[in-house]
Amino acid sequence: MKTFKLGGIHPEENKISAQQPIEVVPIPKTVFIPVSQHLGAPAKPIVEKGEVVKTGQLIAKGEGFISANVHSSVSGTVQKVEEIVDYSGYRRLSIVIDTNGDEWMDTIDRTTTLKKECTLDSKAIVDKINEMGIVGMGGATFPSYVKLNVPQGHKAEYLLINGVECEPYLTSDHRLMLEKGREIMVGITILMKALMVTKAMIGIENNKKDAFQLMTDLAAEFQDITVHTLKVKYPQGAEKQLIKALINREVPSGKLPIEVGCVVHNVGTAFAVYEAIQKNKPLFERIVTVTGKSIKKPSNLLARVGTSISDLIAMTGGLPDDSGKIISGGPMMGRALSNADAPITKGTSGILVMTEKESKRVPVLNCIRCGRCVTVCAMGLEPFLLAKLAENKVWEEAEAEHIMDCMECGSCQYTCPSGRPLLDHVRVGKFEVAKIIRTRKN
Amino acid sequence: MNSTILIAVVAMFAIGITAAIIIYIVAQKFKVIENPLIDEVVELLPGAHCGGCGYPGCRALAETMVKRGSLENLNCPVGGKEVMGQIAALMGLVAEEKEPMIAVLRCSGSKLHAPDKVLYEGASSCSFLHQLNVGESGCPYGCLGQGDCVFSCKFDAIVIDDKTGLPVIDNEKCVACGACVKACPRQIIEIRFKGKKDRRIYVSCVNKEKGGIARKNCTVACIGCGKCVKICPFEAITMENNLAYIDFEKCKLCRKCVKECPTNAIAELNFPVIKEKAQPNTEVQA
Amino acid sequence: MLPAMLVSIWYFGIGALTTTAVAVATCVAAEYLMKKYLLNEDPSVSDGSAIITGMLLSFNVPSSLPWWQTMLGAIFAIGVAKIAFGGLGKNLFNPALVGRIFLLISFPVNMTTWPVPLSNRWVLVDALTGPTPLGQLKEGLANGETLTALKAHLPAYQDMFMGQIGGSLGEVSAIAIILGGLYMLYRGIITWHIPAAYLLTVAAFTGILYMIDPTHFIDPIFHLLAGGLMLGAFFMATDMVTSPMTHKGMLVFGVGCGLLTVAIRNWGVYPEGVSFAILIMNAFVPLINKAFKPKRFGEVAHG
Repeated sequence: MKTFKLGGIHPEENKISAQQPIEVVPIPKTVFIPVSQHLGAPAKPIVEKGEVVKTGQLIAKGEGFISANVHSSVSGTVQKVEEIVDYSGYRRLSIVIDTNGDEWMDTIDRTTTLKKECTLDSKAIVDKINEMGIVGMGGATFPSYVKLNVPQGHKAEYLLINGVECEPYLTSDHRLMLEKGREIMVGITILMKALMVTKAMIGIENNKKDAFQLMTDLAAEFQDITVHTLKVKYPQGAEKQLIKALINREVPSGKLPIEVGCVVHNVGTAFAVYEAIQKNKPLFERIVTVTGKSIKKPSNLLARVGTSISDLIAMTGGLPDDSGKIISGGPMMGRALSNADAPITKGTSGILVMTEKESKRVPVLNCIRCGRCVTVCAMGLEPFLLAKLAENKVWEEAEAEHIMDCMECGSCQYTCPSGRPLLDHVRVGKFEVAKIIRTRKN
Repeated sequence: MNSTILIAVVAMFAIGITAAIIIYIVAQKFKVIENPLIDEVVELLPGAHCGGCGYPGCRALAETMVKRGSLENLNCPVGGKEVMGQIAALMGLVAEEKEPMIAVLRCSGSKLHAPDKVLYEGASSCSFLHQLNVGESGCPYGCLGQGDCVFSCKFDAIVIDDKTGLPVIDNEKCVACGACVKACPRQIIEIRFKGKKDRRIYVSCVNKEKGGIARKNCTVACIGCGKCVKICPFEAITMENNLAYIDFEKCKLCRKCVKECPTNAIAELNFPVIKEKAQPNTEVQA
Repeated sequence: MLPAMLVSIWYFGIGALTTTAVAVATCVAAEYLMKKYLLNEDPSVSDGSAIITGMLLSFNVPSSLPWWQTMLGAIFAIGVAKIAFGGLGKNLFNPALVGRIFLLISFPVNMTTWPVPLSNRWVLVDALTGPTPLGQLKEGLANGETLTALKAHLPAYQDMFMGQIGGSLGEVSAIAIILGGLYMLYRGIITWHIPAAYLLTVAAFTGILYMIDPTHFIDPIFHLLAGGLMLGAFFMATDMVTSPMTHKGMLVFGVGCGLLTVAIRNWGVYPEGVSFAILIMNAFVPLINKAFKPKRFGEVAHG
């Protein structure tokens, strides 16, 4: 079975919501839509207080090359355009809308019949993806159209589709593949057309055998799409590790996947592309897995962007009594919230409610130089060294030791027997080194 | 037996002499000529190598002083007036009169004034918490109380007060070396004048949000109303981004602004207590 | 280490138990006190590293060593080799070995008087003493005996394997050590790299020497079973704090230890080379860590 060779760990999978079909979250009374739900420059609001908007209407325009449009996920009146507390407790500019019914833009095709043919040419597809505000749905939220703009001197050979979902607990991609497999396939063909490639490969981890079976059967109906099963290992879903496993090529340090001739997209992104190109539907809703050991009904919920996280938790039976932390994302790379009323954004793949016991951090001891962090690092770095350099603020040496290669997967901190906050230190280090690199460029 | 001992002794002697000669030649050839004054200055300096003077280690400061031949803009905050005076005497110069400085925490967001809205469970580090989250009180500019400043202080001058959750800077131990200023990810600590009789007045807030929002998180936040700016007879207070700032070089410690502030955001230290009116907030720092 | 402990109690009796008890107790107490008063740190000894050091130290000394000497060795091991460097995880040299070498240099007579197994089980003060196999070998060769004549005196391999020979607690029973080592491998506490590299190098080096001159160099099997090699390869050299962090580095470390051990055993003054070899290689570990970095993902060959 294919896999990446360097590093990796096996945390408990806990895919307790895997059998739950997707449910639709009712539209809330108010939505809070941040103007920055993607990597890159925040979008600029183009609506004002008092304006009436429809579902799918453009409400903020992307600024610059790496940016994305933001569309309204509901119909109603704009209450205010103001800084709202997000999940991290900091305030971010958001558009707050009081909902009124659910009137969609006339341009959107609301039928559910599968539309296979795409008449647009490559450039038109890329432009439309940009227009519709599509971003990476795996959680990174990188504006998708940017990846489809192949730079001069490079050629794309493969389109790789990420159906891995290696984070424990999260099952949104799994359910999407099971319930919307055909649409994903059409989305993949559209992406292939946009990239002008003839080969697409879908990677699915071995713990989703039903999804693998279904996608393989579907792939037979479509040309040039192959489905592959991958060994269950974290972080298999990371871009570079996926590329290594599927086509055995290593993306060089500091470069993008296009360097080895491929572009990677999440299955959720492929689905969003299908809806955008074939149904003229912008990205304003997504599937969020709400799960946790004490949650009464772990679910996969289709929620409109801007819905409060507390509404989603209520749908699963409410916040359990022994709750400790609420995590946005998975247990490995997610962030703990300090505000449960914060809104769902395009990148919220899951909400994990950890019990009080699970949330307790172990005491921090000295590094015993066991070397386990080095063994599990999927990027071949030395986490103990990077953490020490970051702790002692030796930024230049940290840069020389390739701290910027770190993808913050958390395997090192997970494995450390002394409970050292390796990833936390490296994150601080990366932040400072990034600042230094930026000032150097200017 | 005798010959063995004799040979051994002679051999050792010969090796010893040869080694001594080699060392002497090398020492002479590679001698570094250095001004002996530098060593004398190093003797006078405290030897803490804290970097408070801005140079890496006491020796580096001594070298700079001697090479420049003047003490202008050079100061050892740890040694203070006494040591600088001695160095000046040694070098035949006049020492600059430097106002003693101290580190000041410009935040009063204690557990009382800025109660915790959420509990932080993670490694005890202000830089981690600052990056991940706004902090337990909800104020994005306020002190996080995780102790990065305590950790950075080489003079044991900072401790976190358990009741308030804020660091307390010791009046005697702090030498204003600036390590805590660099360690704080929110730039809350500032080096200011120690003040006559250790008295000092400062705006104990660095929150730049609009007044209404700032007060949601902390009852003693600066709301940017500007009353202090108007009342100051020495024009020592400026307002920028909803935040007042008192210039310590202009402040004459008249205390008018402290009384004027509607949220008690301005702190005064080591003054006698005024019997009438509400107490200014001095309970945070000792 | 438990199998080795049990075996040594069987062979050496109460002396083994008391030596270990004294060593462990002193190590734990020393660490607690020193952490509290010298390092001003939270004096937690719950990580058990002091206990391990105590046990390893007692495994390296004769069971008949006077208790106060064991105590001194333990204090030196924890105080100088561990606390003085900064505490857990910061020491450069293996504390148990440093303690042993300190004792060897300070009390050479006591440290080279090995109780004969099975004879002194219930006696606290050992009456019968004898040399270790390696000691016999070195002395014999120095006295000009030929190897073939010596081999008649030296214990049989079976005895060396099972443990019925003179030596320190950890040295004698190869089988007990191997069992313990395999258990640690199974549990993932150690990896195979260091023990394999170490033992294979010793076997290869001594094998080559044996083939060149069988009259002066004894065969590899003797070397593998004799002395503290098994203990050293599985328990001492694999100490995480003082060994390299990458697998490549560990192999280099093991090979270095092997070469040095054989060199000291054959051409050095001491009959046993394991302790010194490991300590010397400990000193090289920071360099090894710098030189043998893991292969990075996407490493560009020329940039």
